Amino acid sequence: MKVLVAVKRVIDYNVKIRVKPDKTGVETANVKMSMNPFDEIGVEEAVRLKEAGAASEIIAVSMGPQSCQETIRTALAMGADRGIHVLSDAELQPLAVAKLLKAIAAKEQPQLVILGKQAIDDDSNQTGQMLAALLGWAQGTFASKLKLEAEKALVTREIDGGLETVELKLPAVMTTDLRLNEPRYASLPNIMKAKKKPIEQVTPEALGVDVAPRLVTLKVEEPAKRQGGRKVASVQELVDKLKNEARVI
Amino acid sequence: MALDPQTLRQFLDTIQRFVREQLEPAEAMVAETDTVPPAIVDEMRRLGLFGMTIPEAQGGLGLGMSEEVQVLFELCQTSPAFRSVHGTNNGIGSQGIVIDGTAEQQRRYLPRLASGEIIASFALTEPGAGSDAASLRTSARRTAEGWVLNGTKRFITNAPEASLFTVMARTDPETRGAGGISAFLVEAPNPGLKLGRIDRKMGQRGAHTADVIFEDCRVPADALLGGKEGQGFKTAMKVLDRGRIHIAAVAVGVAERLIRDMLRYAKERVQFGQAIGEFQLVQAMLADSRAEAYAARCMVLDAARRRDAGENVSTEAACCKYFATEMVGRVADRAVQVHGGSGYIADFGVERFYRDVRLFRLYEGTSQIQQIVIARNMLRQAG
Ligand SMILES: Cc1cc2nc3c(=O)[nH]c(=O)nc-3n(C[C@H](O)[C@H](O)[C@H](O)COP(=O)(O)OP(=O)(O)OC[C@H]3O[C@@H](n4cnc5c(N)ncnc54)[C@H](O)[C@@H]3O)c2cc1C
Repeated sequence: MKVLVAVKRVIDYNVKIRVKPDKTGVETANVKMSMNPFDEIGVEEAVRLKEAGAASEIIAVSMGPQSCQETIRTALAMGADRGIHVLSDAELQPLAVAKLLKAIAAKEQPQLVILGKQAIDDDSNQTGQMLAALLGWAQGTFASKLKLEAEKALVTREIDGGLETVELKLPAVMTTDLRLNEPRYASLPNIMKAKKKPIEQVTPEALGVDVAPRLVTLKVEEPAKRQGGRKVASVQELVDKLKNEARVI
Repeated sequence: MALDPQTLRQFLDTIQRFVREQLEPAEAMVAETDTVPPAIVDEMRRLGLFGMTIPEAQGGLGLGMSEEVQVLFELCQTSPAFRSVHGTNNGIGSQGIVIDGTAEQQRRYLPRLASGEIIASFALTEPGAGSDAASLRTSARRTAEGWVLNGTKRFITNAPEASLFTVMARTDPETRGAGGISAFLVEAPNPGLKLGRIDRKMGQRGAHTADVIFEDCRVPADALLGGKEGQGFKTAMKVLDRGRIHIAAVAVGVAERLIRDMLRYAKERVQFGQAIGEFQLVQAMLADSRAEAYAARCMVLDAARRRDAGENVSTEAACCKYFATEMVGRVADRAVQVHGGSGYIADFGVERFYRDVRLFRLYEGTSQIQQIVIARNMLRQAG
């Protein structure tokens, strides 16, 4: 079966984010970029499916400017078979991405689409859900475990206060949570081999998708500076303050 | 092989992550236990780190020198003991075979060295022959079946782990100097090859050296490297030429790491009501370190590119080894100073680096030997 994995290019998780002086967004010039960590988990899961003989082909899809090809290359080096790059310099919001993925899914007919539960840049946590709705497919979000059976997938989800296992009829959409797996580093030989794997480039127009933003960002601000901590003399005092001042216990 | 910039970038990113996520957190434990955990060694194998300099045709990555040094800049921003695990397979343990080995020797050993299945060591130094390596006394006597080796090698990196040794031995007792020396590929275990106890070193715990003792150690005729007698010293010098740029790159990597740690501490530590990084005397230590590390980085890149272009870089390689290893010594000293008393306390790790980097000025040619090489080349070229 074919597996489609969405991979987003985001600011590297180690970079200290800075807001632009005009508050329209965050600085991205000369900032190290890498694959969204949840998407790495998605690629890893797909590669494991392939290694176990459950998946036949893995297609990595990324959307955005030309540099997204580097993110696709990372997926190819980890073990994806080929890439699709939707070239666009526009701001791509979750709905636009979901529509583009729907168009690609219609063409490729995968049995499973894997996305990260969210991207660490805008934390939207919407694309997977929107895609499932647009396709009319079953969805298993926040997956911490995946088990494939004939025609169906068992997805264990991390929910408040425990785990829930849902049974999805294939084809289906799954979004990954942190504990699904620990993604591998692409090995150096595989990075070299990945260069020979194909990446197809398409445009939103060619896919017939209108990607015009539906949401307007009014303002982006730094989080409030953390207040200095306080030292307490005893456990007694700590408990007292937690109870009566902070009112958390 | 020349990698395109994108592939090289991806390489370097991967290594940077591996260092940050896997190696850095294990530094203290490696020093404490004097062992690099097998899981980390396995990951190094999987990543392809053992075969960086071995040609692609033999299962390696076939990196050029300028790519190799850029990898080392990243890979060495952590305890040098980690590099030592694969350092001999990429450097002194394999390059003799890569440069001067017969096709059969290359076929037999290089793929297994590239995958990390076996570890290789390089045995030149002896109790009586260090800087004056050409005076070595280990002998190899020809017999009907092959060769018999006798002698002792000292401070041999990865000897306890190695199953292949490139051994420089005298095949012609009549010829005193370099001309009487040949190189042999000796497989371990061998009943005639014994190891001394593991040396207790100043630093770089996790990396091991030991004496290697040959007592009537019998090897087949085809163990002679390149199949030619009298070439061993030349091979060793060619190997060390590349090794000098390699060690210089290692020194740059460690220096950059120390500068990072120094800078972080200078911004965090408050005295007299302000971060110590605000004091100009502390700034001078930061600035001097940065300027020197940058100079060394540029030297290493330049020498590596020239070597890739086919130039003879004997002088440049010695300049790099000399400057970069002395530089990292000064940087480590300043790093201790910036950390104040904490710099002397093991929990902070700085003192460990201070001890670790001391080695770089000693092995693969001491600083004095580099000075001699540089000046000798200068005088010779001046005619
Ligand atoms: C941890 C470690 C790992 C090593 N790994 C290996 C290995 O894998 N394989 C291997 O073969 N060797 C290895 N060595 C050996 C190393 O290369 C030698 O120690 C080094 O070459 C110096 O030789 P020496 O110790 O005999 O010092 P010496 O040659 O005795 O030098 C002592 C001092 O005299 C100075 N000196 C010597 N000759 C001159 C001169 N002509 N002019 C001015 N000053 C001079 C030196 O610079 C030094 O300061 C290792 C050593 C160590 C400590």
